[in-house]
Amino acid sequence: MAIEQLPENVVVSRLDALGSWCRKNSLWPMPFATACCGIELMATGASRHDLARFGAEVFRFSPRQCDLMIVAGRVVMKMLPVLQRIWQQMHEPKWCISMGACASTGGVFDTYSVVQGIDRFIPVDMYVPGCPPRPEQLIQAIMDLQDKIQHEGTIAGSEFEVASRQQRKRALMELPVINSPQPAIPRH
Amino acid sequence: MPLTAVDTEQTTQEAQDYLWTLNFGPQHPATHTTLRLLLKLDGERVVDAVPDIGYLHSGFEKIGEHLDYNQYVTVTDRMNYISPMSNNVAWHHAVETLLGIELTPRCQYIRVIIAELARISDHLLSTGAMGLDTGAFTFFLYAFYQRERIYDIFETLCGARFTNSYTRVGGVLHDITPLVIEKIRDFVRECPKTIDDMERLLNRNRIYVDRTKGVGLLTKEEAINRSCTGPVARASGVTRDVRKDDPYLVYEDFDFQVCCATAGDCFARYYVRMAEMRESLKIVEQAIENLPQGPANVGVDERTALPSKEQVYQTIEGTITHFELVMANRGIEVPSDESYAATEAPNGELGFYVVGDGSDVAYRARCRPPSFINFALFPHLIRGHTLSDVVAVLGSLNIIAAELDR
Amino acid sequence: MSIDAELVKDLKSRFRDVSDSEFRGQTRVVVRRDECFSVLEYLKVDRSFDMLVDLTCVDYLNYRDATDRFGMVYLLANTVTGTRLTVRVMLNEPDLTVPSVTPLWEGANWLEREVWDMFGIEFEGHPDLRRILLPEQFTGHPLRKDYPLQGRGERHNFPVLTRREA
Repeated sequence: MAIEQLPENVVVSRLDALGSWCRKNSLWPMPFATACCGIELMATGASRHDLARFGAEVFRFSPRQCDLMIVAGRVVMKMLPVLQRIWQQMHEPKWCISMGACASTGGVFDTYSVVQGIDRFIPVDMYVPGCPPRPEQLIQAIMDLQDKIQHEGTIAGSEFEVASRQQRKRALMELPVINSPQPAIPRH
Repeated sequence: MPLTAVDTEQTTQEAQDYLWTLNFGPQHPATHTTLRLLLKLDGERVVDAVPDIGYLHSGFEKIGEHLDYNQYVTVTDRMNYISPMSNNVAWHHAVETLLGIELTPRCQYIRVIIAELARISDHLLSTGAMGLDTGAFTFFLYAFYQRERIYDIFETLCGARFTNSYTRVGGVLHDITPLVIEKIRDFVRECPKTIDDMERLLNRNRIYVDRTKGVGLLTKEEAINRSCTGPVARASGVTRDVRKDDPYLVYEDFDFQVCCATAGDCFARYYVRMAEMRESLKIVEQAIENLPQGPANVGVDERTALPSKEQVYQTIEGTITHFELVMANRGIEVPSDESYAATEAPNGELGFYVVGDGSDVAYRARCRPPSFINFALFPHLIRGHTLSDVVAVLGSLNIIAAELDR
Repeated sequence: MSIDAELVKDLKSRFRDVSDSEFRGQTRVVVRRDECFSVLEYLKVDRSFDMLVDLTCVDYLNYRDATDRFGMVYLLANTVTGTRLTVRVMLNEPDLTVPSVTPLWEGANWLEREVWDMFGIEFEGHPDLRRILLPEQFTGHPLRKDYPLQGRGERHNFPVLTRREA
């Protein structure tokens, strides 16, 4: 039967596009909320900026039931193995949003215990700047992630095999450890 | 099944072998913060709870030794991130005590208003989270809606919803505007109705009362011995409030009551917080009606607060003060001594022990964290209760991980 | 304040080597380490300073005109009358031990663990002295002045997960 003769209630599409459309509209977030960004994450899920409109209705706290991990807040070296373990427990396909300055680069805290960017140790798909980012920014990030899933997504998850996703991030360059700066010269 | 006296001794030894360790956290829905509890369970009863903290330790006190007195206020925001304004007020209160600065009346009233709004915001979230953890989702949404209104006020005031580093040494970032006063008046008019709604939902709710009454009992002597302060201590009968005992800012001018209870259980802590919200609304209303005119920052002669641009360009004192504060190796004149000053944060007594060494940077900025000290109570409170009470007790203590770990 | 002056006089008469100072309305006393437990016990039991508000330490390594390296600070408060007092004990290397005040105030338990974690000061008689805020495997005491702000590379020392492995 030729395409022109299909009735109006039949849609033809690629399986990849259809699968991606389904996945992007029902991203179930796994909130890895550690600090202040966690409160903005909760505010995004509350009634004024409702994240449930975008399909992210259920904030399941079990990694086995989620596909989107939102790391909101600073990650400390004691917490990082926990983060990695939860990432490994999530099923494919999975994505990660690094919310806030502390999760993306270490933020205000360039100290001995804060990891300077979770993308050093976890593959990250979307970064949200801000300290803390407004809920609208987080929603924009989720919408951008939905676009990314729609454009790159495949039904078998083969976009994750792409070489650019397999390599370590550029942020993994070693930063020089500098000596603590001397305090300002006192007045007298 | 109750054990008879004969059975008890024999089975206790066997029971010891069957204690089950449950790892609670550090990533868990009920703890809206990153703390970890190792619970030793005997069936559903908690025999022992060993807290393991440090999953958010960011080195706040070390940063305090490298940042200016005005720069560090941005870091104090991130301590008790539910009510950042009260941390700002506490930090600058400690710094101004060390420096011996007297604030203008208008600034003191502004700081009281923002500290009380922050207290309302904190109590809304802590009771909301307690409701959420015990299953009352509507309660949580009502609380969050009012918190969004407080965020609106703060955003109109200084541009940021929260983590607004609003206070400065000797004053505030900029003065309060009539639009903000209008919004605060609206908020004060409408918030009591929401608090009434919230109380109607939970105060006589059979499920909630059964889950929280008699759970997590803390006696008055224990509270004092374990250095508790804030609503946790006041719910056990310790009538101590820094606003009344060591008044700071202009709290002596206001007519408000300190809310205490004697029961010492989770329900009492929840009830004290709800009552404190009403008292805070009273204080905000009185402060807004009696807001004095005048400058918000201290005068240029004090050489502490940055003067306004008119003063810098048009008066010689303004120019000199601007240079003194902005040029390197000048700055605020700080005595080489140490002092401690405390304020009543929503969680308890939040004090900073600041050691100055003559330079612009604190030598040691120690924060006395109420959450850290309250969390040490947890094993004592939870012994003998069931697993579902863990959530209620944790919610009633209002542990904020960033203040816990710093 | 007359109460504080009388209290300081009393302390000076009972214990040796108590020096006091006042700054911004707060009274501070410096006591010797070998008497600090007795002083604190006396203050708690006979003078009813029943609340230990805070317990911390300051490292005076880079401080101008400092005579000792570490200064332990005990902030006490009387919940009935509202008086506050600061007690300081000075410590020097290599002997960084201080008797624990956990028998007096149970709230000191975690505060002392934190001071051990951050500064390396040992508390004799503490029931459970181990690290509280940093991981158990961490070496070094971060709040000492000779420890750099950015650490010694501990925060970079973790395995990397890429899409291939995870």
